[in-house]
Amino acid sequence: MKLLSVVRAGIRNGLIVGAVAVFIVLIGMVQTFAKRYLVSDLTLSTVILVAFGLAAGALAAQQVSRNTTQLGSKVLAAAVSGLITGVMLALLLLVVSQVPLRDVLVNATPEMVAALSFGLPLSGAALLLIGLSVVMAVLAVLYGLLPSRVRRALLEGIMAVTLIGIFWEAIVGLDVSRLVMKFLGVKAGKVLPLPAGLGLLILVSLVTYVWRAHPQSNVTVRRTGEGLRRYVSLVLIAGALIALPFAVGLFWSQTLTTIGLFTLMGLGLNIVVGMAGLLDLGYVAFYAIGAYAMALFSSPASSLHIGLPFWVALPIALLFAAISGILLGIPVLRLRGDYLAIVTLGFGEIIRILALSDVLKPYIGGPQGIMETPSPFFFGIQMNDPRYLYYLILAACLVVVFLSLRLNDSRIGRAWIAVREDEDVAQAMGINLVAAKLMAFAIGASFAGVGGAIFAARQGAIFPMDFTLFVSINVLCLIIIGGIGSIPGVITGAFFLIGLPEVLREVDEYRILAYGAGLVIMMLVRPEGLIPSARRRLELHEAEDQGELAAYTVS
Amino acid sequence: MAVVSREAQVSRAPIVRVSVNRILLWVVGLGVAALVVWRIAGTAARGLYGPDIWIMQTLNGLVQGSMYALVALGYTMVYGILLMINFAHGEIFMIGAMAGYFVLNGFHQSGLLASDPVLALLLTFVVGMGVPPIVGVLLERIAYRPLRRAPRLVPLICAIGASFFLQQAVRLLFGIRTKVYPTVAVLSGSWTVNVGGRDLRIQHMSALIIVITIILMVALYLLVRKTKIGKAMRAVAEDKEAAALMGIDVDWVIMITFAIGSALAGAAGVMWGLWYKQVIHTVGFIPGIKAFTSAVLGGIGNIPGAMMGGLFLGFVEAIAPTALDISTQLKDVISFGLLVIVLIFRPSGILGEVLSGKKA
Repeated sequence: MKLLSVVRAGIRNGLIVGAVAVFIVLIGMVQTFAKRYLVSDLTLSTVILVAFGLAAGALAAQQVSRNTTQLGSKVLAAAVSGLITGVMLALLLLVVSQVPLRDVLVNATPEMVAALSFGLPLSGAALLLIGLSVVMAVLAVLYGLLPSRVRRALLEGIMAVTLIGIFWEAIVGLDVSRLVMKFLGVKAGKVLPLPAGLGLLILVSLVTYVWRAHPQSNVTVRRTGEGLRRYVSLVLIAGALIALPFAVGLFWSQTLTTIGLFTLMGLGLNIVVGMAGLLDLGYVAFYAIGAYAMALFSSPASSLHIGLPFWVALPIALLFAAISGILLGIPVLRLRGDYLAIVTLGFGEIIRILALSDVLKPYIGGPQGIMETPSPFFFGIQMNDPRYLYYLILAACLVVVFLSLRLNDSRIGRAWIAVREDEDVAQAMGINLVAAKLMAFAIGASFAGVGGAIFAARQGAIFPMDFTLFVSINVLCLIIIGGIGSIPGVITGAFFLIGLPEVLREVDEYRILAYGAGLVIMMLVRPEGLIPSARRRLELHEAEDQGELAAYTVS
Repeated sequence: MAVVSREAQVSRAPIVRVSVNRILLWVVGLGVAALVVWRIAGTAARGLYGPDIWIMQTLNGLVQGSMYALVALGYTMVYGILLMINFAHGEIFMIGAMAGYFVLNGFHQSGLLASDPVLALLLTFVVGMGVPPIVGVLLERIAYRPLRRAPRLVPLICAIGASFFLQQAVRLLFGIRTKVYPTVAVLSGSWTVNVGGRDLRIQHMSALIIVITIILMVALYLLVRKTKIGKAMRAVAEDKEAAALMGIDVDWVIMITFAIGSALAGAAGVMWGLWYKQVIHTVGFIPGIKAFTSAVLGGIGNIPGAMMGGLFLGFVEAIAPTALDISTQLKDVISFGLLVIVLIFRPSGILGEVLSGKKA
């Protein structure tokens, strides 16, 4: 009887993981990553295939371990789960290689067969897929048996190797690494070599292992040297931020400016969504308004023909964005959260359609946009190099971070949080709802407006195509995955969500899919985000904590 | 004396400000209404278009409105029960259109479409209405059910994520290429009617779409009003806990609701493909928002309201660019503008109860 339930758990998990695996293969991920090497000959697609087996085993074992601690049943469930996943992948391989499915499923190509079969004949490849999956599933269980300290050390080692392996080409390409390599007289290939990978794994694992051995000492050091430590780390961060563009070179500076622009927008949206709780899906509208205002007032080729300098046009752009924020805010003041989302989404689309339409073409150029937006001058230096623009954006980000921090603790910041939690109670406490909400819209919009204005100056020309809904979704995604209401969360989110697709070009294809999946998974698993603000974490897990408390009092 | 008057001022201030805000809104609203009336009067006075054009546009509006109405039913039913906007419903519609394309194209290549078009179309509708419920029910099970008790923005954000996930999944699985529906020979003809000395052509396809829509709506009405599951759906929409106490399986009822809504959206998707010929993975986004607008127009949560709202929106979209004498590029602006105006001035919709304000 018990054996049956163990096997059933294995089959169930195997089917779920198998279905996910088949989906991932069919969207072409495995063949896309077949040319991306992690360490030596190991490709990312092999890693993906290995991960299916590991996931099948780990999930099955986890489910079984709720009822039993027996090692045998865990291994059995994992093996069954891995077997099912492997069989599903093998079947997929056989079907794709025999049946012409290409008319319907565009990725069911010979490349997919090649990526799944490792150059072996079909029957051998099918057996290999099944075997690999079962072995990995069992390995996942065995990994769970290790002492937690070893487990943690190994995990961090593997993560370090994976990250460095993926980014190896990028790291080697940095200006700094070129200098260092020249100095040392070594040359690095495009792929992390095997000895270096193994060495890194052992090194990081050992360091983590030893480090975790003395958690107490770590805390005491921090206590005694708190002030000095903070000062030193601030200086170090500042130095790193200033040196960054010249260390990483032109291409990466350009990427950094993009990350900076999204950080600006993220911090702005963070005020509207995170603090005031108003879900604004048309945030790109303010970005567009800022950009168009900058282009109109500063470009000699625009319909206004004024050609104001950047520094004069910037406050105008900010003002335009803030006013449009208030104008959008007035009609939607009374709407509930989800209606507000749809109306703002409509607003964003209206702005884009108007920018594209023939009606406004004489003024803002229709699909041709506005050309010849000049880059800013700073004490006689024309900042057309992304490395200079980086400093401009960095400065803007620092100002915005500072403002966000101050707003968070200010009277209006607390008013926003009160409004977010309960409008009626907030109003009863004497908060002016109209003023608080309009303020949130205006400040959020002006941050985006500044971002848009700098974007226009960076690009030199703007088109309606730059301002699609995906920008709004992108920004929403980075604040939600980073952690709503958390400033470090927003910055980290921007680095990963905007930076990663720039590094891994293949990922770009799956970018929006991954954002969608990311939003769903975050909402299901960790709605407070990866780096949550303390307040938000407490709010979202209040119920669980109370539950735990109740459990304690009962026992 | 002075103290009292100052207190009175303080306590009054917010009320005065809110009412100023509302007066301002009404002034803007009246201004928009006056502008619309002025434009229509101008167009009518110039007499640019004969009656044939107006009848033609009305018919086009009815066809378009039928599709909006069918999609809107899914929004409104889910909102009635879960009080959440199923943002991914537009993608469900798109999946229906895609499924219909692959079936119809298959029949086109195998020759069944030429030899037995009625059977081919019937099967296309069956598959187009059969695949979306699978996706809809899975979506509910995976993404929405665990979040039923979460703060209200959480399921909405989840739905937005699901929407983009589905859209991109279809793009990656079936390719980015635009899919062109094969021409159905029986339906490509038209009847010619003489109106005011000019010929008016009524396409067979538009008749088919309107007839199928009417059949589906009557079927839905009977299902909700006359059957046991319909009664259970109404009970769950009224009060989930009381319904559960009466022995109704709430999860099951919610699942059925998603399935029915998805099937209707799938039918609309197949119609969209037959009418506009082209479908692509992003085809669901704008109609999704339009259908939501229709649901709001009719009063969200209200089934006859969604039907009316859809037809009304389709009609407005077809007539407005002609009547107001503006570019058809701005068609979408008109519908989004209508959504905003309705939500501000009559959030209860044409037939509905107020849900967009405070309730829930």
